[in-house]
This record gives sequence, structure tokens and C-alpha cells, in this order.
Amino acid sequence: MLLEISALTKKFGGLQALSDFNVALEEGSATALIGPNGSGKTTAFNLASGFYKPTSGTIRFAGQDIRALKPHEITALGMARTFQNIRLWQDMTVLDNIRISQHHCLDYSIWDCFLWTRRFRRREHEIDTHAYEMLECMGLMDYAQEYPRNLPYGLQRRVEIARAMSVRPRLLLLDEPAAGLNSADVGDLIQLIRWLRTEFKDLTIWMIEHQMRVVMSLCSSIKVIDFGRTIAEGPPEVIQSDPNVIKAYLGDENI
Amino acid sequence: MQKYSFKALLLAITVGFVLAVHFQLVDQYVTTVAMLMGINIILSTSLNVVNGYMGEFSCGHAGFMCVGAYVSSVLSVLLFTKDRVFGPALLPEGFAVIGVPLVILIGGVAAALAGLIVAVPSFKTRGDYLAIITIAANYIIISCLENMDVIGGPRGFQGMKRVVGAMEDVWDIPWMPMLVLVGTILSVWAIRRFVSSTYGKGISAICQDEVAAEIMSVNTNKMKLVAFMLSSGLAGVAGGLFAHVYGYVNPQSFNILKSTECLVMVYLGGMGSLSGSVLSAIVFTLLIEALRFAIPALNALAHQLHMVPASYEIGQVWKWVVLPLILILTMQFRPEGFMGKKELSDFFPFLKKFYQRLED
Amino acid sequence: MEIFFQNIFNALQWGSFYALIALGYTLVYGVLLLINFAHGDIFMVGAYIAFFVATFLLGSYGVIDPGTFTGPVIVALAIPATMILTSLVGVALERIAYRPLRDKGAHRLYVVITALMCGLLLENGNLALLGASRKRFPDLLEKTVFSLGGISVTNLKILVIAAAIGVFLLLHFIVTRTKIGMAMRAISYDKFAIPLMGIPINNVIVFTFILGSGFAGLAGFLFVMSYPVLDPYMGAIIGWKAFIAAVVGGIGDIRGAFLGGFLLAFVEIGVVAVFPSTLRDLLAFSVLLLILWWKPTGMFGMPQTTKI
Repeated sequence: MLLEISALTKKFGGLQALSDFNVALEEGSATALIGPNGSGKTTAFNLASGFYKPTSGTIRFAGQDIRALKPHEITALGMARTFQNIRLWQDMTVLDNIRISQHHCLDYSIWDCFLWTRRFRRREHEIDTHAYEMLECMGLMDYAQEYPRNLPYGLQRRVEIARAMSVRPRLLLLDEPAAGLNSADVGDLIQLIRWLRTEFKDLTIWMIEHQMRVVMSLCSSIKVIDFGRTIAEGPPEVIQSDPNVIKAYLGDENI
Repeated sequence: MQKYSFKALLLAITVGFVLAVHFQLVDQYVTTVAMLMGINIILSTSLNVVNGYMGEFSCGHAGFMCVGAYVSSVLSVLLFTKDRVFGPALLPEGFAVIGVPLVILIGGVAAALAGLIVAVPSFKTRGDYLAIITIAANYIIISCLENMDVIGGPRGFQGMKRVVGAMEDVWDIPWMPMLVLVGTILSVWAIRRFVSSTYGKGISAICQDEVAAEIMSVNTNKMKLVAFMLSSGLAGVAGGLFAHVYGYVNPQSFNILKSTECLVMVYLGGMGSLSGSVLSAIVFTLLIEALRFAIPALNALAHQLHMVPASYEIGQVWKWVVLPLILILTMQFRPEGFMGKKELSDFFPFLKKFYQRLED
Repeated sequence: MEIFFQNIFNALQWGSFYALIALGYTLVYGVLLLINFAHGDIFMVGAYIAFFVATFLLGSYGVIDPGTFTGPVIVALAIPATMILTSLVGVALERIAYRPLRDKGAHRLYVVITALMCGLLLENGNLALLGASRKRFPDLLEKTVFSLGGISVTNLKILVIAAAIGVFLLLHFIVTRTKIGMAMRAISYDKFAIPLMGIPINNVIVFTFILGSGFAGLAGFLFVMSYPVLDPYMGAIIGWKAFIAAVVGGIGDIRGAFLGGFLLAFVEIGVVAVFPSTLRDLLAFSVLLLILWWKPTGMFGMPQTTKI
């Protein structure tokens, strides 16, 4: 198991945002986390990426307990994520956005930086090469020197995924990657993620998504939560007909 | 050839300036203004690391300058000259030639350590709360020094002139102008290399979105520490140079007004523009000096035109009225500073082309 | 014991000055997220305006015959006049310097720097126009000492403390109970949505500056009545300190500014009572630094949270 979360609970004051949350992601799998708004999906991501500290429960990533680690340390272990509302560094070029995400690879100190030592030049060169490769394979080469804020929304999403991929992750968390995209863009996104899975063989994907089209065509397993509790789990076909899920999304018919 | 042209130019300027001073082609006043300009360039570029690139609002820069100034002055007086309080020099006076640059660097290191007072709280808090911590740090540093009677307290500390004199006894060249020039070039160069590396760009990432930076593998706490220590360390170097140029330091010359000057230079030049900071430091220094001459002229003119009562003299106090006024107006016309976020090479594309190879 | 209570009252008095100025900082900050660094100098201008109004009413300029008004009447007339004139200065700064920058969409910190420059302008403009000689504020109220069980307190101190408490209650009422107060609070949350809700944003901002500067004027008046020497730099140090007090209290929060002001005064007076007075700034600021380390957003400030 690449990511193993068990009995995870997070409380904000009196509010139980997530309770007894369990998930186990196999290497190379694609799993979706769905649920109505405010059901605790992003909280689960924030806990996994170290942005929140859990109230109780364990999180193991690649066999290591990551609860005490800082977000950047978890990222360095190979977990990258995107954000629900795009959080690119808007005043830096696309290329710089991708360069900076390789901060964990930097093995030089500030003195190397002043003196431009051999180690510094070699590392910067590697970072540049990797960044250009990433742009090339994500089809963003033409926008390398653009500022993200000048790009259309769909492309910004793509840049954000490219930025997350440049961390060289084993696990990619996608927080509503299709939110705000039109249907053509959603098609492109599905293609892109599919392509990522074939290109990076062991890449594991865990996504939060509302659009069933994306979930159905990409994920082999779905987990549904509501009010912080898991209400259903299984392959897409089963979930689609699960009465609990229908109730959570559409409300109880009897009322 | 292009690759070395910039370095050659800098070297030529340095050597040219030092020779000009040595053979007294430029007078004392011009030399002093040039040195002050250099110190201001160090101050504004180093503050720009924190206030421009990292987007914090540090308003206690003069406090770190003060630490650097005092540590280096006390050390150089202690080590290289006979003093009323500290007794005879601990080292032969001739050592001052290599000792003073070292001592100024040590002052920088001490200031960088003082920067920790601000850097550590910045892990937890940012924005205006951090601004307060920097102001408080400035007050605390000054107040500490005012209470140390050994080094003069509020009366100030002197004796550095003798050290510089000792250096000139060894080898009669204009030491201080040279040191200031070298210090200025080195610190601008260090900052330039820092902020253009992937490592240093981490601080711009923190400025633009700290959460994203942390999650995208930037060690934000470490980067803040580095940025604050670099910034305050260079301010300390500037302080050390300042102390040795004037030969006299006084806690109150590093008060919040001096910090305000540093802030003005940064924002006038443009947040996150290194060439903007250099430019604004030059403009600011020249402006202050120009006003020194402009005010008596203005006074004469006003009296000639009978615009002011004959009994009233427009004195030098008007300098600090006209200066803020000019700055306020500049802000109105250039609300992003001179350069905004751009560098000189963005305005003059041929520079970029010419130095393309340097950038790589 | 006597000295102890004397110190308590001194602290309360200084705390009132700090609180009155800090309230102005916090009001403007609460609305615009702007540190109005000129505020300390608006206080100084308030003190000078108080001086000129008071001497005018005393008949120093020949318009009014000397002796027309008695001391208490002059105080009663001069306080509102000072407040109105000072708030005009504040509003002028906002209209001339801050608003154009805001409208151009300048970065927040450029407005802050402009505020700093405006402060310098006021200080040095005053110095240039009125000269370096210090002015002495006339005695308007006869000093009465009330003593109660060995504790003596002057009427002036009581007036100052009462004024600070009154202003606090008034502001608290305005901000929490009135419509314009609601608008003030709303602007700090979302400057773009507010005009869409039909709230005249600039009027609210002007109102905020009127309130803040008016109380700075009041503070100036009360200050020179207690310490009757005016000099152009009197606003600088007290202004910075009041700003720090506002932040320690939790900037943007009225209660925070009020309590922060008193806290600073108590720390300062406490330090002076125990240690040599040269250590006052050092220890007072260290205490404040420790408070901010312990509570990074001040006593009443909301914790800074980021949502992702």
C-alpha cells in the first residue's frame, strides 16, 4: 500500500470534519473521493498532505508515518497535490512555477548560490532540463515564459498539474481538477490524466471530483463521504446505484 | 568577451574611482556622497530581499545596521588602536589592513544573528504583525545600546578614524571608498545571484502563495530564515561601512527615521526589482544632497520675489518638507515605484541580449 | 502605597492617551487594512490646533477680548473645535494622498509609505513654519485635587480617563450597533462586493477618518492640558507606541486597541517604577515582543487562517 490512512479523525473545535476515515491506496491505482459540498473531502487531502494535523488516527505514506512531518517534507517523499481553487504563483512565469516545485531536489547551500559552484550549476541545469521536459510533455512549451494569470482557466489547471508532476510524485492528489472547466476542457483533462497514467507507470492518483464523467472514466474505485463519515465504497457501477449515495446527493425521497 | 564585459566594466569603475580619489581628482565632498550612495544601495537592495521579494513588511532595517555598525566599530577599536576605555590595541595596528574588512564582515554576521529576533516570529505570523515585531526590534536594539555605558551609551562611540588612519599608514590609498565600493558591488552581486537562483526564488513563491510554496516542497521556515538573515546581515555590513566612513556612531542615527529612509528607497525603486533599488538609492542620495543646495537658492529666490516675509528664512529644515512632498508626488505618478517588478534589462532589451550568456 | 496608587493613576492616564490614538489606528486599519503611519502626527497637529484654538479663545489674537470666556467654557468650546479641525486634516490626507493611490490600484504598502511620508511632512512642515521653539499650552482648568483615603487624583486625570472610556464606549456602539459601523466592518472583508451592495464606500472611509482623526485631536487636546509643552516631534514617538499598542491588542479590533493602550502604559510605568527610566523602552518593547510571540495576532486578533 502506498498510502494507508486508518481511523483518521479531525475536529475543528466542536465540528467533526472527518471521523473514522480509512483509505488504502495501492501503487498505480486511481481512486476517487466524492461527497456533497462540505463533507470533508478537502480536509482529508489537507490531512494527507500535512497541512492539518490529525486529531487522531494514523497516516502512513510509503511505509512511513507522516503525521509529524511538515508539508514540504511529505512532498519530498513523493506526494504532490493540486488545489481546488488554482494556487499558482501568479507573478512568476510558468517555467519558474515548475522550477520552484523542485525545491526538495536542491542539494546546494546559499554559498553555492553566491559562488556559482560546480554543484550549483549542475543542479540548476538538471532542474532546467527537467522543467523543460515537463513542459514539453504536458504541451505547455509555448507558455513557458507566460504568467499564469494571463492564461485561460483550462491551461492554468494544466500548469498546476504540471507543477505537481514536476515534484516527481508517486502519489498525485487532485482536488477537483475539473471544477470550472467547460466540457471540451474536461475531455482534455481526462485525456491528460489517462496519458499521465500510461507515461508514469507507477503513478497513483487520488482525486476529489464532482463530475461523474471524470470519475467514471478514470477511477477504478470510489469512496463516498458525507458529514465526515464514509457512506459507501466500491467500484463505480456499484456506487452509482447505492441507495445511501443517492440519498446523500439528492436527499431522501420520502421526506 | 561579452561574458566578461560587465565584470570588466565594474572593475574599471572601481579602479577608476579609487584612483580618482587617491590623486584627489574628486574632492572630499563628492567622495563622501559617493560612499553614502554605496551604503544606501546596500541598504535598499538588502531590504528589498525581505520587503520586495518575500513580500513582508520589515520596518526595522536600521536596527540591524546598528548592530553591524557597533559590533564592527567596537571590534576594530578594540583590536587595532589604543583607546581610552579599551586600553592598548590587542593586535599590531598594521593588521588593520586585513582586519577591518574582516571586522566589518563579523559585524554583518552579528547583524544576521540579530535578524533572528525577527526571523523566528515570522514562522508563525506575517504581515502587519511582523511589521510591529520589526519596529519593536529596532527600538530594542537602539535602547540596548543606549544603556551600554561602556561603549558610550547615548553619547555614541568613536575611534574608528584612528583605525582607518592606521590602515593608511601601512599603505596610503583611499581605503574606505574602496571598501565601500567593493562592499556595494559584492552585496548587489550576491543578492542578484540569490534571487535569480531556484533556491532564492523560493522566497518569491512564499510572497505570492505561502501555502502553495510549503506544499510544493519549499521549506518555508528555512527560506524565511535565510532571507531575513541575508537581509539583516547585509544591513550590518552597510552599518559597519557607515561607522568606519564617519568614524562615529550614535544609537539615534539608526532610529526609526533611518529605517523609514530604507523603506522609502525600496518602495520608490519598486518591490522586487533589484535595479530599481539601486536606482532609487542613487536618486534618493542625490536628491538629499541636491536639496542641500536647492534650499538656499529657493530662499534667495523667494526673498527676491517677496514671496515670504523678509524676516523669514527658508532654512535647511525645509529639506525634510520638500523631500516627503517629492516622494508623495512620485508615488502618485508611479504607484508601483520606478521600476515596478521589472529589471533594467526589461526596459532595455539590448542589455538582455548582450548579457544573455551571463544569465544562463 | 501612596506611590503605588499614584502610579496606577499615571498609568491609567497614559493608557488613555495611547488608547485614544490606538483607536484611530485600529479604525482605519479595520476598514482599509492600511497602517496610517501619519496618525501620530495627526495627534501632534491636534495638539497644535488645540493650542491655537485655546489661545484664540483666550483672546491672544485680538479677535476676542481677553477674559470673555472662563477656563471651563474655553475647554468646552475648544474640544469640539479641535476635534472638527483635526478631523479635517485627517480627511484631507485621505482625499489628497491615500485615495488617489487606492484608486490607481497601488499595492497596499505604497499607501503605507505615503502615510509615512505624510507624517514626516506634517512634522517638518510644522517645524519649518512655526519654528523650533516650544510652545506652552495655557492653563485652562484650575487644578483640583480629590483625595480619597490617602489617594489623591487631579481633576485632569479623571477627565482624561473618563474621555478615553467614553470614546471607547461610543466607538464600540457605533461599530457594533449602527448601520455605518456594519459597513465599516464589511469593507475590510470584501472591498469589491461592498459597492455592489449599495454602500457608498468612500463615504464610509471618510467617516472612518473623521472618527479616527477627531479622537486624535481630542487626545492632543487632553495631552497638552496634562503636559503643556508642544513640540513638532511629540507625535512621532507616542504615535509609534500607540500603533504597537493597537497591534498587541489585535489590530482592527476596538477592544484590542483600548486594552493594548492601557497595557502598554502599565508596562511602561511599571518598568519605570522598578528599574531606571532609561530601560523603559527596552523592557516595554521586550514585553510586547514576548506577548506577540505568545499570541502572534494580538490579544483580541483572530488567528490568521488560510483555507485551501
